[in-house]
Amino acid sequence: MLRWIRRAAWGLVAVLGFLVLAISVGWFVTDGPLADRPVATGPASLPIGGPFRLTDHRGRAVTEADFRGRPMTVFFGFTQCPDVCPTTLGDMTALIEALGPEADRLHWLFVSVDWERDTPETLAGYLEAYDRRIVGLSGTEAHVAAAARAFRVYYRRVPLKDGGYTMDHSASVFLLDLAGRFAGTIDHQESHAVALEKLRSLLTSR
Amino acid sequence: MRTLLPGLLAGALALAAAAHAQSDDIAVSLAWTRAVGATAPTAVGYLTLRNSGSNPDRLISAETPAARAVEIHEQRREEGVMRMRPLPDGVSVPPGETVTLGPGGTHLMLVGPTRALARGERVSLTLHFERAGQVHVELSVEAAGTRQPAHAGH
Repeated sequence: MLRWIRRAAWGLVAVLGFLVLAISVGWFVTDGPLADRPVATGPASLPIGGPFRLTDHRGRAVTEADFRGRPMTVFFGFTQCPDVCPTTLGDMTALIEALGPEADRLHWLFVSVDWERDTPETLAGYLEAYDRRIVGLSGTEAHVAAAARAFRVYYRRVPLKDGGYTMDHSASVFLLDLAGRFAGTIDHQESHAVALEKLRSLLTSR
Repeated sequence: MRTLLPGLLAGALALAAAAHAQSDDIAVSLAWTRAVGATAPTAVGYLTLRNSGSNPDRLISAETPAARAVEIHEQRREEGVMRMRPLPDGVSVPPGETVTLGPGGTHLMLVGPTRALARGERVSLTLHFERAGQVHVELSVEAAGTRQPAHAGH
């Protein structure tokens, strides 16, 4: 009986000892002297929004330099997209209307990931129904890939049974400040009011 | 007055029929689309299907004079990525249930619109169901990219 109690006591000591050790080691590597140095975690530190070389829907060759000096909103999609892309373009149009003259102080970009079908003419026809300030961008397979890489955008061409194809693509609208630094996203599930607030703060950021 | 009343009644009935196409067990309501330009490669069709019968039914295809073809698609969002896929078996409408085709979900893709669709006009569309057969509806054209029809809930 006594031996049993002694064993249990030693067991308890072992458990407590382990806890003390685990907690101190944990503190050392998370908050203590062995922890990683704190890094900037604001959106501006994220490498989203790099150089690109594309053609706008009026047929003009453009790069990111053509859109400096104003904050911008950018999203990636394609024109054989009847549901989600029009919803985002419709949201953009509604935001442009709500901002009024302030909307002219932003660039509004729609980049097609469908390099084969989306010519500048196709984009022009597709964008006709939305605010004319939205600029459509397209390019060769390599140029579209480079632009998508610059924005960390995922896209993939998916073959369909009928011989055609569709495109999978990231859904977010990216916000860049006037220096071209990443400043956040608008999610298409967010409310109009939240999106509007994000754009107003983007316009006042320096 | 005696001749006016039946006329009004018939007119009201015709209007109700246009707004809510009915083929015995399948009722279609909230049929709408969004404005597109004349050279837009695609347009969309949204509908609410109600099966008041006791047998399952299925929307298998659709056609409209306003587009080269109509496809039935599902739209999914997985980890921030939008994926659209055709639904080769169409949309199942179980008995007693209501199925909504709306933004961000299952929808009709009008492939190759034959003309511009302007806000305020109506586009005729024929739906083919496995049991209910043909059902004719009119899509009301709403603003480009809008998230819901102007008369939602009516």
